Amino acid sequence: MLRFLIRRTLGAAVILLIISALVFVLFYAAPRDPARLACGKVCTPETLALVKKNLGIDHSLPVQYWDWLKGLFVGRDYASFGHCDAPCLGYSFQNREPVLGTIEDRFPTTISLALGSALVFLVFGVGTGMLAAVKQGKALDKIASSASLIASSMQIYVIGVLATYLLVDQWHLMDRANYTPFTDDPGKWFTGLLVPWLVLSLIFTANYTRMTRSQMVESLSEDYVRTARAKGLSRRKVFFRFAWRGAMGPIITIFGLDLGTLLGGAIITESTFSLQGIGKLSVKAVNTNDLPMLLGVILVAAAAIVVFNIIVDAVYALIDPRVRLA
Amino acid sequence: MSTPFLSLRDLKVHFSTEDGIVKAVDGLSFDLEKGKTLGIVGESGSGKSVTNMAILGLHDPRNTTMDGEILLEGKELISASESELEKLRGNKMSMIFQDALASLSPYHTIGAQIAETYRKHTGASKKEARARAIEMLRRVGIPQPDVRVDDYPHQFSGGMRQRAMIAMALVCDPELLIADEPTTALDVTVQAQIMDLLKDLQQEFGTAIIFITHDLGVIADIADDVLVMYGGRCVERGTKKQVLSAPEHPYTLGLLNSMPSLDGPVDVPLSPIPGSPPSLLNPPSGCRFHPRCAFAEKVTDGRCSSERPKLEVAEGRGSACHLTVEQKRELFSDYAATRHN
Repeated sequence: MLRFLIRRTLGAAVILLIISALVFVLFYAAPRDPARLACGKVCTPETLALVKKNLGIDHSLPVQYWDWLKGLFVGRDYASFGHCDAPCLGYSFQNREPVLGTIEDRFPTTISLALGSALVFLVFGVGTGMLAAVKQGKALDKIASSASLIASSMQIYVIGVLATYLLVDQWHLMDRANYTPFTDDPGKWFTGLLVPWLVLSLIFTANYTRMTRSQMVESLSEDYVRTARAKGLSRRKVFFRFAWRGAMGPIITIFGLDLGTLLGGAIITESTFSLQGIGKLSVKAVNTNDLPMLLGVILVAAAAIVVFNIIVDAVYALIDPRVRLA
Repeated sequence: MSTPFLSLRDLKVHFSTEDGIVKAVDGLSFDLEKGKTLGIVGESGSGKSVTNMAILGLHDPRNTTMDGEILLEGKELISASESELEKLRGNKMSMIFQDALASLSPYHTIGAQIAETYRKHTGASKKEARARAIEMLRRVGIPQPDVRVDDYPHQFSGGMRQRAMIAMALVCDPELLIADEPTTALDVTVQAQIMDLLKDLQQEFGTAIIFITHDLGVIADIADDVLVMYGGRCVERGTKKQVLSAPEHPYTLGLLNSMPSLDGPVDVPLSPIPGSPPSLLNPPSGCRFHPRCAFAEKVTDGRCSSERPKLEVAEGRGSACHLTVEQKRELFSDYAATRHN
């Protein structure tokens, strides 16, 4: 287990390093100069040089990257902002705010959205999928299967708007989507995120229903399930002790990917529900040439995905003893 | 006459599929006494495994129709409730499957799987069941059973997995053991060990064994009686000696001819049975073997293709074939000549 964690953490560090380098290169590949933009309409070469120095981009690309990396680990001194403690993600080109602070401010919204809906769709999706597998071929199975096919073809920006219109504006059943930090008021945190959770999970639940159903059906036809029956175990026991474990492996794998999709797709969700998460932050950073902000957002999101994947792999090994953690 | 230990009377197992009714077993009868071994031989799809799954009641009732009688010590099993069957399975009757790797749960330790069966049927405590599992593993010849009991199936070798499977099947001292091709996936030396193990255990506990195989060599080793199945029906039955050395059905003869013999002349080519097993969705008329039978034209009036031959059994010996005894003596003599000189 320890070896697994060390190995995966090192691997994660390498991945994040590569990602940050790529963002650097890609950013400067675009024909836009952040210093020129910040310099204003009347811009003399002298002011431009000063702006560059103030923003910390008065060096060549590798040196800049090195400075950024150094900031991450040991902190960094800026001409205009002063000292920035490690881990330093720099200051926004746009509003001169520290990047780390902004992300700390925005990230909980996105993570609440993602994990909350993941919980809902896992419970409901896997639950209905299992039910459909038990009632294979019966009415419930057919209803669940066709409903999930319809639901999984929906898009957030369609049902999100529709759900807000119906549930909030027309029927006044739920609160309009907004974010209250959990630590401030758990009740408000919950009611404010309920509509986005439901909408997000509606789409994913459908996929998980279909996937769980087919995995369960397949796993119920395994030889070891037949053996368990031949031992005298009841259908129920066979189902809950043997069959589900065979079905869970692929579902957990997909779940790991979907958590990534939830973070990556945060832009659309946050735009649909007017929530201020890192999705919106990243779009703004791209539009305003805000390199430090963009780097920070991408790094944090990528780190989250990498961590989720490590957790998923560990859970996978917990369920299936044939998977060795190494 | 006392009631036989296990008795099948005109068993029919039909599956409804999208393409129609598959008559996997179509009228099968046999008796089995305690301490005896019945070998069931036949090609894939001849209904061997289906028959035995039916005895345990493991077919999915949603698409299976069963007819006839399965009597275990006089108790009818086809009409028995699921909970009655659950009490019998793994306890009074149990089963060993062919592919031990696929048939053991990859998610549970060997010991847990054996103990589970024991606890289910005896209500023993976890500790007792574990001790029992270790004892069973020792009995089937697993080295260091107290250590290996916590291994997962993938950590066992093929032969050890099959032993563990046998330990699991025997943990409640069943009176009926169904072995569905338990040695097919194993190499010959391991196969011999497993067969010896089964024979020893049978001698010790007086278990009745149904041994399913397509390997006549294995049958010659372990069976008392032999039943040859073709297309869901029994085509020939008798003692091992009768069936293997004086076959009465062309199919049995074909099986024997397609097998190399160590003591026979080496230059005689093997003669496999032409054609392939019949479709049970739309089986051939009359005798199901007639499209592949070398002697079908010897029978007059095309009876082989129009009339189902009756299985006439006298004192446990019989075959279902339209050929007369004289015809068989004459036609089958070639076989005896090549086999036993």
